[in-house]
Amino acid sequence: MQMKSILSALAITTALITPAIAQAKTVTLATNLTQYGGNGAYLAYYLTDANGAYAGSLWMAGGKAKYYRHLSDWARMTGGNPAEVAGITGASIGSGQGGYLSLDISDALFDAGYTLHIDAAAEDMRESPSEIAVPLTSKGAGKPVQGSRYIADFTYSF
Amino acid sequence: MIRSLHRWPGLIAAAFLILLAVTGTALSVFPALETVTTSQASAQQNVAELAAMVQAQHPSVEQIKRAPTGKITAWWFDGNTAASAVVDPATGKDAGSTDPNRLEQWLINLHRSLFLNDNGRMVTAAAALAMLVLALSGALLVSRRVGGWRRWFARLRGPWEGRIHSEMARLAMPFLLISAVTALWMTASTFSLLPDDSAYASFPSQTSGQTGFDVAQMAGLQSLPVSQLRDLTFPAAGDATDVFTLTTDRGMGYLDQGTGAMLAWSDNGPWAQVGEWIYLLHTGQGAAIWGLLLGLMALSIPALAITGALSWAKARRGRPALRGMAAASKAQTLILVGSEGGSTWGFATTLAKNLQTAGQSVHMAALNSFAPERYRHAERIVVMTATWGEGTAPSSAKRALERLAEASPSVPMTVLGFGDSSFPDFCGFATSFETAARAKGWELILPEQRIDRGSPQEFARWGQAFGAKIGLALELHHQPSAPKAQALSLLSRRDYGEAVQAPAAILRFALPKTSLWARLIGRGMRFQAGDLLGIVPQGARIPRYYSLASASANGFVEIVARKHPGGLCSGQLMALQPGDSVQAFLRPNPDFHPDRGTTPLILIGAGTGIGPLAGFIRSQGNRRPLHLWFGARHPDTDLFYGQELAEWSENGQLAGLTTAFSRSGKRHYVQDALRQDGEALRELIQLGARIMVCGGRDMATGVQQALTEVLAPLGLTAANLKSEGRYAEDVY
Repeated sequence: MQMKSILSALAITTALITPAIAQAKTVTLATNLTQYGGNGAYLAYYLTDANGAYAGSLWMAGGKAKYYRHLSDWARMTGGNPAEVAGITGASIGSGQGGYLSLDISDALFDAGYTLHIDAAAEDMRESPSEIAVPLTSKGAGKPVQGSRYIADFTYSF
Repeated sequence: MIRSLHRWPGLIAAAFLILLAVTGTALSVFPALETVTTSQASAQQNVAELAAMVQAQHPSVEQIKRAPTGKITAWWFDGNTAASAVVDPATGKDAGSTDPNRLEQWLINLHRSLFLNDNGRMVTAAAALAMLVLALSGALLVSRRVGGWRRWFARLRGPWEGRIHSEMARLAMPFLLISAVTALWMTASTFSLLPDDSAYASFPSQTSGQTGFDVAQMAGLQSLPVSQLRDLTFPAAGDATDVFTLTTDRGMGYLDQGTGAMLAWSDNGPWAQVGEWIYLLHTGQGAAIWGLLLGLMALSIPALAITGALSWAKARRGRPALRGMAAASKAQTLILVGSEGGSTWGFATTLAKNLQTAGQSVHMAALNSFAPERYRHAERIVVMTATWGEGTAPSSAKRALERLAEASPSVPMTVLGFGDSSFPDFCGFATSFETAARAKGWELILPEQRIDRGSPQEFARWGQAFGAKIGLALELHHQPSAPKAQALSLLSRRDYGEAVQAPAAILRFALPKTSLWARLIGRGMRFQAGDLLGIVPQGARIPRYYSLASASANGFVEIVARKHPGGLCSGQLMALQPGDSVQAFLRPNPDFHPDRGTTPLILIGAGTGIGPLAGFIRSQGNRRPLHLWFGARHPDTDLFYGQELAEWSENGQLAGLTTAFSRSGKRHYVQDALRQDGEALRELIQLGARIMVCGGRDMATGVQQALTEVLAPLGLTAANLKSEGRYAEDVY
């Protein structure tokens, strides 16, 4: 499955506001899921800052807010508030499939101690908080990171 | 109105509902399987014990979940590999794989969303809504059909499609209603149309900062039986700020990993509590037996769809187009039809064609369209109407009384009622219509004409009388569903009554030879005692019906016939010699079959009415006590089956035999015998006995009166028993 939504900007999530869109770069987030064999997985993409505090959400794959509580790290940091991902949600991703996502992310967030997290969960299966937690650096771009439960690998690149 | 509210959603949603029913039934098996195949926690076990046992097996355990079926699953890490297993709560050891059942998952997704996600969910929800409308409108129709809610389980009659449809529906209806309502609730909940007040405690801002408290010692888990657990998530390894997250059937909360203290707790709100019950009711998860029952009942849906569509098609077919029909404003004769199942339309068409042949212009329409002001060239109006249930109007005549009340009388009218005289309110609607017309001042040609059980003879007789009144020769040969007659050859005959000039005979015919192929595809002659044999006499088109005294399993076709003075058919039958044959066909008569129970059977008959009763005794064996009350004229003239009756009494096949003779000694009728044996009859009825009566109309009426007197001390009447389906009549 192709995650078709192209996100123009992350201006909605306050912590990630960029002073000018010119200082942002278009980043592609590629997520490949394992054959975990269940229904479509919900995935929460979000950033924490150098202190480990929540900085903002990038994307929510999965449309029904009532299930967001199972993305447990994200829910713990945001209080499970669906407003955090208003306007930046898409479809859940099926077992064995991939999701591609293009976002404009401010340059200031790279090499500044931010970590990109992905929480995952699927119906009647285990919760997988911060299955991916990868520092957001220029050097890290293009290097696949292995997941452990739902996510086979994840790569951000520009 | 209610009928179209039932018909259209039914026809449109049928395909979806069948799919949902079949997948639903298949899914109902899984919770039961899971309950049986997984080991259940003992009632005393608490969550602290369980968690400690699992942790002992898998120190890196992350999450323990209990499904409503009692299946416990644990997830942990082996080094860097995520692992999981179904856990035996007694030992904490692995007891199976957590791989989801692919078939079950496939079925769930088909059942709830047709593999189309939210769009599919909306389609299935629409189907559930259709089912809700169908169940409610169907309940109203059933109640109308049986004559009220209190008679919900009363015996049904009529064409088999409609009967089976209603019989299944009234049994399955509560279950289908529950399925539909819970499905709609769950869809509404999925689309967040219902308030979500399920417990959600915010993550505690303060924790002890310590780690390592023994999970077995946590008071909050010790006091919680495993049966109430939903989910226990352990704190992430190495994160001292993380906590235990506990979800139960009541709510959710957090426990400190350093002190074991409950840091926060939140209860489920009322919507969430109801939602849990809804989920249980719909899926059977946590109530396996209920789930199986619900699944079984869902199987009625394909059958309901098929029988419903068949009755609809039959009713449509039953309303035939009339060639050369005149407009209502131009016709000389208006034929207005009140029909429920469609058979009355057949009679109306026969009349219409005859009138056309006689040079009349005819318009035929539903009685609902009654509008005499439009009938400008009318010379007469013929109303032919059936009755639905207890004297109510059939569907094509629902508004007829209203229309009649508004109209002013014009040309002469005649009302012909169609009904079943074994119902308490025979032709009730025809009578109401006729009474209302008379009260309005209509001139009635031939008042109070009734046709019992679609009798072609009675219809032909009415045709003659009606034709004479209007100056036309009408010969109404109506053959409802022209069955193909075949030749039956006479094997033997036993004659009675010749000495008293009342000849009668037991006629035994050979079973017609059927090819193996015809038997394989079920087209051979198969019948039971009590079914009807239609005999088409030479020189006539209308068959005469005789009750069968044998079943096809007996290997012969047997009837008892008496010669009627001037009777065409009985005359020909009486003249038959072995080897001669007659043209005959079968007509099933399921309303006059013994039920499959083992309660006593009271058989009451007079004269040739002994036929089917003897057939019952012959086929029932020693399965149940049979008691026969038989009225004849004289022991020497018409004690049909006298020899067999003696044998059956001797070998116990007949538990009781009482005969009454009207032309010898005490001049007893069978009614008199019943009155005498009141005590015995009351005892039998209290044992749940069923009564079957066969004979002439006067005798049947007399028997009803006698039984009503006999049963009065029990507070019962013949009519009561009839409405319970414990009193069947075959009357001629």
